[in-house]
Amino acid sequence: MLALIAYYQQRIKTSFIVQSQYRVALAIWMIGLVLEPVIYLVVWRTVAESSGGQVGGFTPGGFAAYYIVLMVVMHLTQIWHMWEMEYLIRDGTMSGRLLRPIHPIHQDVSENIAYKVLMLIVVIPASLFLVVVFQPDIQTSLWDALLFMPAILLAAVLAFMVGWVVALAAFWTTRTLAINEFYFISMFFFAGQVAPLDLLPDFIRRVADLLPFRWMLSFPVELFLGRLTAQEALEGFSAQVIWIGLAWLALRWVWTQGVRRYGAVGG
Amino acid sequence: MVVIQVQNLRKVYQVHQREAGLGAALKSLLVRKMDEVRAVDSLSFQVEAGEVVGFLGPNGAGKTTSLKMLAGLLHPSGGETKVLGYTPERRERGFLSQITLVMGQRNQLVWDIPAIDSFELNRAIYRIPLADYQRTLDELTHLLGLEPILNKPVRNLSLGERMKCEIAGALLHRPRVLFLDEPTIGLDVTAQKRIREFIAEYNRRHEAAVLLTSHYMADVEALCKRVIVIHHGRLLFDGDLSDLVAKFAPTKTISVHLEDDQTDLSAYGEVISREEGQITLRVPRSETTRVTTRLLADMPVTDFTVQDPPIEDVIETVFAQPDAIASKVN
Repeated sequence: MLALIAYYQQRIKTSFIVQSQYRVALAIWMIGLVLEPVIYLVVWRTVAESSGGQVGGFTPGGFAAYYIVLMVVMHLTQIWHMWEMEYLIRDGTMSGRLLRPIHPIHQDVSENIAYKVLMLIVVIPASLFLVVVFQPDIQTSLWDALLFMPAILLAAVLAFMVGWVVALAAFWTTRTLAINEFYFISMFFFAGQVAPLDLLPDFIRRVADLLPFRWMLSFPVELFLGRLTAQEALEGFSAQVIWIGLAWLALRWVWTQGVRRYGAVGG
Repeated sequence: MVVIQVQNLRKVYQVHQREAGLGAALKSLLVRKMDEVRAVDSLSFQVEAGEVVGFLGPNGAGKTTSLKMLAGLLHPSGGETKVLGYTPERRERGFLSQITLVMGQRNQLVWDIPAIDSFELNRAIYRIPLADYQRTLDELTHLLGLEPILNKPVRNLSLGERMKCEIAGALLHRPRVLFLDEPTIGLDVTAQKRIREFIAEYNRRHEAAVLLTSHYMADVEALCKRVIVIHHGRLLFDGDLSDLVAKFAPTKTISVHLEDDQTDLSAYGEVISREEGQITLRVPRSETTRVTTRLLADMPVTDFTVQDPPIEDVIETVFAQPDAIASKVN
């Protein structure tokens, strides 16, 4: 365990050094991260204002609160490794990782943590800026704020594991774009990105409850904004834990099968 | 002590076959014809601790595939492999901590940071105690001449410098078994020589087993007493390099010094050079003794030497006529 901690320390340090060299790329990623929720926020605010001040219980200030918190949660739960895995496998770069006496997932976990921590330097001021501009209506109790912490941690773990399973499709096909797009479109609808899940038809909400996506993004946001009862919060945590268990089983199985198929291209 | 044990190792790839053209492409969406390619076929050999073995064969012979199976990257289709008592494809920590595979230049180093930072990362990955790490790093830095390049970002290094760092990174954990796939490819003569000397020194100091592929026969000659030759995934030859030459060199060269270097010696063999009193002949191996005796009897020879042809020529012969060679071995 100590050895693993030492590895994480070294790897996170290395990731900081590497990532901080690409300031322009980081800035562009950040603009994307901020812009997306701002677009939805502006659209929904406009709809709310033109519909007599609210839509489905969301006021303009409610939408602002939802999308600003969503932006922070999106940052803390994001995973991009499916875009890299295809290259790693197609190009044979995965070989270097497989030769080391440590599971390759640890490298991705540490890089994921390093990026999220590093970019908080930008995410926090960006959130404060949006708070000043859009005047969100945030009425978070201490209890909600406390529960938000484990919820976001579980959401990040779940999102990472599900994302990694999706990424491992690259062991079977070298054209993973379609699979990745399917994953992100599912997130778009069922994780509360295009609209808060409360605004979607009942049927879609019920489907969303059965899929992992809500528990990876929307749930911590709903919790923070005090939109859930104690019963719903408990159900949400249970769903997160169950999905993490399932994702862990899937990850183990897919990894074992994938490595068997690995062609170790290149020399 | 046997450290690598390979018994009937096989690797079969399923390859999607399709004819050219749009029609065939559309048809392949529905029905796919798969072909089997036997990359490695019933390969058996063993390597002892401290041995440096040259693993030779033409392109596509199955060398790299074999090395990847031995390093645990590829799952074999059949046969049994043990390296240091471990089954490679299980990729257990104990196994991966004691081997290394140098293949290309992208396994050990993080592109954007100095090599020394990548080495620190390897220290954490391989759990190398600080004192051991420092000692090995000092040794590698000295042997490979790394001092001036350790602190430069890897992307700013030349090919040779990167290769040296790659090799150092691959050996920080002091592996007992080294799989080296073309470790000197693309390097200039000086860098090749340095890496060659380094491998020999590492092998001597640490009694490590080395299985090496290289297209440079100078590497093989300098490092490998024993060679394994494969073709189409099958074993063609396993034995001393000198035996390979004895078996498969079809000719020998006889150089004679004569007072008159314009003497016609074509009756004795194929004249391949004539300079400053020395005439060099190529003669069939089996004829060597007879031709030498005749030459000494007939001509006023002042000096003469009989040599095997360069190793490159022998290997070329082996690769060019593998079927003939296989029947000769059998």
